[in-house]
Amino acid sequence: MTALVLIEVENGRVRQASRSAIAAASHFGDVDVLLLGEAPAEAASRLSGIRRALHAPSLKHALAEQAAALLAGLAGSYSHILSAASSTGKNILPRLAGLLDVQPISDVVAIKDESTFVRPIYAGNALATVQSSDSVKIMTIRSSSFDPVSEDGNEAAIETLETPADDGKSRFVKLEQSQSDRPELEVARVVISGGKGLKDASNFHTLLEPVADRLGAAIGASRAAVDSGFAPNEMQVGQTGKVVAPELYIATGLSGAIQHLAGMKDSRVIVAINIDPEAPIFKVADYGMVGDLFEILPALAKAL
Amino acid sequence: MKVLVPVKRVVDYNIKPRVAADGSGVETQGVKMSMNPFDEIALEEALRLREKGQADEVVAVTIGPQVAQDVLRTAMAMGADRAILIQTDAEVEPRAVSSLLKAVVEKEQPGLVSMGKQAIDDDMNATGQMLAARLGWPQGTFASRVEIADGRVEVAREVDGGTETVSLSLPAVITADLRLNEPRYASLPNIMKARKKPLETIEAGSLGVDLTPHLKIVSVAEPPERKAGIIVETVEELVQKLKTEAKVI
Ligand SMILES: Cc1cc2nc3c(=O)[nH]c(=O)nc-3n(C[C@H](O)[C@H](O)[C@H](O)COP(=O)(O)OP(=O)(O)OC[C@H]3O[C@@H](n4cnc5c(N)ncnc54)[C@H](O)[C@@H]3O)c2cc1C
Ligand SMILES: Nc1ncnc2c1ncn2[C@@H]1O[C@H](COP(=O)(O)O)[C@@H](O)[C@H]1O
Repeated sequence: MTALVLIEVENGRVRQASRSAIAAASHFGDVDVLLLGEAPAEAASRLSGIRRALHAPSLKHALAEQAAALLAGLAGSYSHILSAASSTGKNILPRLAGLLDVQPISDVVAIKDESTFVRPIYAGNALATVQSSDSVKIMTIRSSSFDPVSEDGNEAAIETLETPADDGKSRFVKLEQSQSDRPELEVARVVISGGKGLKDASNFHTLLEPVADRLGAAIGASRAAVDSGFAPNEMQVGQTGKVVAPELYIATGLSGAIQHLAGMKDSRVIVAINIDPEAPIFKVADYGMVGDLFEILPALAKAL
Repeated sequence: MKVLVPVKRVVDYNIKPRVAADGSGVETQGVKMSMNPFDEIALEEALRLREKGQADEVVAVTIGPQVAQDVLRTAMAMGADRAILIQTDAEVEPRAVSSLLKAVVEKEQPGLVSMGKQAIDDDMNATGQMLAARLGWPQGTFASRVEIADGRVEVAREVDGGTETVSLSLPAVITADLRLNEPRYASLPNIMKARKKPLETIEAGSLGVDLTPHLKIVSVAEPPERKAGIIVETVEELVQKLKTEAKVI
């Protein structure tokens, strides 16, 4: 058995989520990685436990159409093809599965054996154990469930790949990236999230940021907060946003809808601050504080 | 241009799912079922294209048992012109669904397939990408804005680091994210009118697609339960607990 992992590089480093996918792949024998775009392949070649780094430098924007075609050409040599359950992985791997007539396995949280996996369904309200009969298993990995591999391995061989011709059906136009000095939401040790209870975008910033600064935390948001324009969509935590499992998750002014819980209930310690003692978020919180966040958050920033 | 909108009948998003006692799946007997929320958004987008004069017909399609007709009636009450039920009592996975949808696309020849990014029951997030692959069409997944101009569709996509925009030739598949639009409600008169709109039924078995699951569900279990902890009275107490008891700060 040999596994291939589609990895992503950001600011010159392999994303932690990709390194978790490599850790998952190591259950299946030798691991090769595939890197798309112009990032130097050296970033990938020192990943611990990999055999080879494949590099397709001309696939600049990782468009799914070309990336899946490239992967389909490589698939014959692999028993398992994986990626992080990131927006890139979720865009490309199911397309690959469509090309190969394979049923993909999304958001794997545990590996039982080479063909048996555990994945959440119904917004994490149930865990399904599933068994694949496909000859190539295609899956995305929930990064919070696998400890990432380190970047201090022996230098692996790098192989540059030709890319399939582009039919021009899909073109990259632009990427609008949000700039932030804070840690990435999915890998932060501490996350503080705000919901509709923050009332407006300016409160969202002035109340959450001082606490986040003190704790070195990433900032998250409920969907209601994103929909109301308090925070950009990439901050959304939940079933349809990001899934996080930090050491500490502080939920403020959000009710704890099941779709939100789906994205954070595996956090090690959960703190809830809410004015409504009946709010469902208290049912999952290790430490709850009933009260007005407009008083509690400034006091918390001061006390830290 | 015709727009095809695949919609799935799922346990209503307001219901907390319960795992069946025998671990075979999630209880659906006697549970409120609705159209998958992302599919409502995908349908709304199709209706808006028709209202802007960029589409002339909106066709809803579902794959499921006879009762799945109810989401097609809802789709027509929202404004779809007609609907197709691909009938099967089998549990179908995205692999089979995308194959069946391909057969429908070949028959209907839409210029655009507008579908949800994810069904909130299986949470697979796969069918749209698989359908696009099978058709050899470009895909615009996790769409938060869709604009048609000059024979192409520009799609803003919600990605991990922000928003990516791609331009796709038509025909194409798009999958809707939550912020694409706010779907309309079906008004009572429109619900009445929808009863008269055409609903065609096709036996899934007649489409020559292998429905056998490649992914077998071995068992379904409740996730580990998280217990409520304690209520603290003051900020000082909270900070103290986080430092000495939980040791996280
Ligand atoms: C298909 C689908 C997918 C979804 N995916 C997601 C997802 O990924 N993530 C997500 O978050 N949601 C998601 N949702 C939405 C979800 O159902 C809820 O609507 C949403 O999470 C509610 O956000 P909220 O808790 O901020 O708002 P509300 O439910 O309105 O809660 C606001 C809370 O603030 C508290 N509050 C108000 N004022 C104060 C104050 N002064 N001090 C302290 N507390 C105060 C209130 O008591 C209340 O509990 C999804 C919904 C659907 C249908
Ligand atoms: N049985 C079905 N009938 C019609 N459309 C479906 C069906 N299953 C999935 N879809 C479509 O595919 C999307 C993604 O579903 P999934 O890949 O299962 O998460 C849904 O939002 C629907 O638009």
